[in-house]
Amino acid sequence: MKIRKHIKFLVLSLIAVTQIFPLYWLITFSLKTNGEIFGENILGLPRTWRWENYQAALTQTSLIKYFLNSVFYSLVTVVVAGLLSAMAAYAIARMKWKLKSVVFGVFALGIMIPAQAALLPMFQLLDKTGLKGGYLGLLIPYISGAIPMSILILTGFYRSIPMELEEAACIDGCGIFRCFATIILPIIKPALATASVFTFLGTWNELMLANTFVDSERYRTLPVGIMSFAGQYSTDWGLIGAGMVIATLPTIAIYFMLSNQIQDSLVAGAVKG
Amino acid sequence: MNNMLGKKGNVACFVLPALILFVSFSIIPLIVSGIYSFFQYDGIGKMTFIGLGNYIRMFAEDRYFVKSVTNSLLLVGASLLIQLPISLTLAMVLARGVKGEQFFRTVYFLPVVISSMVIGQLWMKMFNSDYGLLNNVIRGLGYSDFNYSWLSNPKTAFLSTVVPAVWQYIGYHMLIFYAGIKSIPQDYYEAAQIDGASKWQVNLKITFPLLAPVIKTCVIFSITGSLRAFDLIYVMTGGGPNHASEVPATLMYNNLFRKGLYGYGSAQAFFIVVECLIFTFIVSRLFKKAEENASAI
Repeated sequence: MKIRKHIKFLVLSLIAVTQIFPLYWLITFSLKTNGEIFGENILGLPRTWRWENYQAALTQTSLIKYFLNSVFYSLVTVVVAGLLSAMAAYAIARMKWKLKSVVFGVFALGIMIPAQAALLPMFQLLDKTGLKGGYLGLLIPYISGAIPMSILILTGFYRSIPMELEEAACIDGCGIFRCFATIILPIIKPALATASVFTFLGTWNELMLANTFVDSERYRTLPVGIMSFAGQYSTDWGLIGAGMVIATLPTIAIYFMLSNQIQDSLVAGAVKG
Repeated sequence: MNNMLGKKGNVACFVLPALILFVSFSIIPLIVSGIYSFFQYDGIGKMTFIGLGNYIRMFAEDRYFVKSVTNSLLLVGASLLIQLPISLTLAMVLARGVKGEQFFRTVYFLPVVISSMVIGQLWMKMFNSDYGLLNNVIRGLGYSDFNYSWLSNPKTAFLSTVVPAVWQYIGYHMLIFYAGIKSIPQDYYEAAQIDGASKWQVNLKITFPLLAPVIKTCVIFSITGSLRAFDLIYVMTGGGPNHASEVPATLMYNNLFRKGLYGYGSAQAFFIVVECLIFTFIVSRLFKKAEENASAI
């Protein structure tokens, strides 16, 4: 029995190593010289930690700009999609109107549609309206894409909280918008956080739309930026590694801070999808 | 209160912003894609209706497309037969409680939060013929001049993208299974233990049947995720060499944005949607009985 337990632990650890090893390798080679990466010291820790790679990635390339762009796209998408979804989900779960199950069905359908299926007409629409190429040209598809999942998560949550709460609060007749902003939004915070994490990860890591809708370097996101400079500096692995670590840091940091929240949000997405 | 929640104007204010945005930037484009797929259209000239012409061309004349569908089915197979069993096993072991449960869960899940662009770049470097980790390890094992180029050889290019695809999402499915197992009431297990059921009997009679809806979800996610796969392959091989690692999404992307084949590319895009819907339908059908059993327990 005891031996079996040890074997189990060993296998689990082995798999943990395969899951984490590529990341260890990335972090170590981002701090090495090409000499070390290409032969002298492939697996070990860097002999001297070469922060110059990071310095170079930050100063010689437009990484900082891409990073700030990605932060901007992600934040705006999280806030706007969160607010719009919270309102729509509220109407679907709480208000009285005839078409609500139809509308809910339309949003639910959205989860099943792969983004690439709508790519070309979306491209043309953004082009015709003059939005393509600027911040809005990417923000609008991102927000639209984040709405269905957020609505699903939030509708489920609204249905699970008792109705009396808002009735008691709103009885003395403050308008619905004030009631929503001051009573409802604070109540749904946990679900909103779950939805936000989901939206953030999707937006921060998104590649296809960012690669298609943005031509100018000014509006480029981090994934596309790194992809282009990986081609440009293809022999300088240390530099590319540093760029990739920088691009990954925010998600990893958020993951370790909100590990349970993230796990919840992805499970929620799966269980309801 | 009732009054306030029933007012048409209020409903409209709450629903319309999200609905209008979503319909105009997701639903309508999807429908337009469907319409384009029946036309010959290059985006500039006039559109000629050709019925199912594009769809026939995909299968009858375009061997790259047939190859891409085969590849994507291979990815489906790898996800179902390699990824999901590993995820399920891990989830079952972890959910039963082991030392370091939380740690393992966190580590297994870690690759999921990283962008597939980074994952793709990283695995490209792992597979690099001169300096990649894989070949270095093989050389270390004694084959000192091993210099195989995994990603630029048509035989292994696609398989080399399957590895990270399977690897990245093991933790994701593991977590869904894990949550599913944790939600099974503990009483069942206690009752089974009192009855003297063996571990395998418990799995077969309790865990698997009650997990049916969750397994269904994972199977559907796995299949549709594989059918629409794009990022990793686009980053790692771009569909090459000589279209050997193409999947429908990468072909579609090239047809739409490199070659300007708007009608034909849209047909391929729409094919992916239809494929996903058909598979979802079939899997739901297959699991129907199992799910009924689950709710009967």
